Amino acid sequence: MDVISNAIDALVDITPLYMQGFLLTLALLGIAGVGAFILGVLIAAMRISPVPSLRVFATVYTEILRNIPLLLVLFFCAFVLPILGVDLDYFLLAALGLTLYTSPFVAEAVRSGFNGVPVGQAEAARSIGMGFTQTVGLVILPQASRMVVPPLINVFIALTKNTSVAGAFFVNELFKATGAASRDHGDLVLLTLVYAAALYLAITIPLGLIAGAIEKKVMVLR
Amino acid sequence: MSASVLYDAPGPKTRRNSAIASVVGAILIIALIVWAYFILAAPRVSANGAEQPGLFDPSRTDILADPEVWGAFGRGVVNTLRMAGVAAVLAIIVGILFSFGRTAASKWIRIPTSILLEIFRGMPLLLLIFFVFLMFSTGGYWAGVLGLGIYNGAIIGEALRAGISSLPKGQREGGLSIGLTSLQTRFIVEFPQAFRQMLPIILAQLVVLLKDTSLAYVVAYPELSRTIKELQNFYGSRYVFTLFAVGLVIYLVMNVTLSYVARYVAKKSGPKDGATTPDAPKQPGVDGTRAITMPPRGHASYGVDNGSTGGGGY
Repeated sequence: MDVISNAIDALVDITPLYMQGFLLTLALLGIAGVGAFILGVLIAAMRISPVPSLRVFATVYTEILRNIPLLLVLFFCAFVLPILGVDLDYFLLAALGLTLYTSPFVAEAVRSGFNGVPVGQAEAARSIGMGFTQTVGLVILPQASRMVVPPLINVFIALTKNTSVAGAFFVNELFKATGAASRDHGDLVLLTLVYAAALYLAITIPLGLIAGAIEKKVMVLR
Repeated sequence: MSASVLYDAPGPKTRRNSAIASVVGAILIIALIVWAYFILAAPRVSANGAEQPGLFDPSRTDILADPEVWGAFGRGVVNTLRMAGVAAVLAIIVGILFSFGRTAASKWIRIPTSILLEIFRGMPLLLLIFFVFLMFSTGGYWAGVLGLGIYNGAIIGEALRAGISSLPKGQREGGLSIGLTSLQTRFIVEFPQAFRQMLPIILAQLVVLLKDTSLAYVVAYPELSRTIKELQNFYGSRYVFTLFAVGLVIYLVMNVTLSYVARYVAKKSGPKDGATTPDAPKQPGVDGTRAITMPPRGHASYGVDNGSTGGGGY
């Protein structure tokens, strides 16, 4: 009994900390998710655009950001950007770093959706005289957007997990809270870790289920 | 040759316009870099009026002449590669086990494996490494290796499962009908094909694994990014930018090299045109699924591109 009451005490003790961390994690996910989506779609648009310089820029951007560890991207945002005159608090800097890091993955997901549309669709659109904007906007995009959703959700699941890295840069999100809790309750480390894992899974598993359901639906349609 | 069906091969006017746009864009980007350089190089005056030298000042970069520093970087790189190498082998083994568990005939194996897989995939890697470190007192190196191996193994396992389930049904039926057992069919007939088909995804995941070794900082394993941090503590924070820049370049070189090797290998041994079996007849529209944004290069290109959508297209 003593063990159980001890565990309950600890749970009650760490819950406020965890909830605060959980909310910050959700906030990071929301801000960085929207930001990365917008930026990623722009990058994807650059990659298929007719202007060579835009294509080159988008490719270089993707290559660089995809090959740097997130830790270093966040390090850049937390310590170098302030020197360049970006005056934000650590939370927003972390959100910015996550946005930058995630955007190439969004771009790749969008591009793979574009490539999933049968090329005959584009050929048909072009052959009846549509230009680039019309072909993409009226024919390709409506079809691609359906196929893009499942891989895009996978990107957001990865983003959820990546928010934990922001804990190293003075953002009190869930992983930072876990570290603090496991230090405070050294005898109940397992409990603090499983609690945190459950909170992360509460975000990622529903997202995964949604992705699976949409994928099934889209497969039937095609 | 136009590279895309989305627009015509550009005429002289368009070419001129886009050349102008390219030059303007390049100038803008160079201007941005130069601007950043001068801001970074300029001496800064902190709040209490003390002036600090710019970031490219010799007083900030002189440690680069110190062989000790390069030795430390070298050790960091070796530690990173040591962890990534062992973790990659472990990840592939774990991935194979997971894929067999997930496709097992008995639901007593299949369902627990699926639950375990979901948990490992849904948890942040950082938390997993931390978990192994605290619960099993393995020390930093093995905590990182086990965490990376299990986490990436779960992802590779899922990719392999998608590969197995995307094979034509006749493959399994053929194996069973010539008298192989279910397990033999899986090992000898289905698995090699699934592995080959999913090779690009597996290799891409191993690049991610190399990148993610930086998360082992949390268990104080002295890999490259931890080395940067420790050098900064040792030599003082005025070197932080220099050390960061060097680390960044090292990471970029390592990862870009590995990605190119991965892409090359994937191209060499990935799914080929001839690999499509006779009992997977051409479906209407499949021919048209070749990439819109790239010059058509036969089936290999769309097989690779669509793999990331969870085997939706093949």
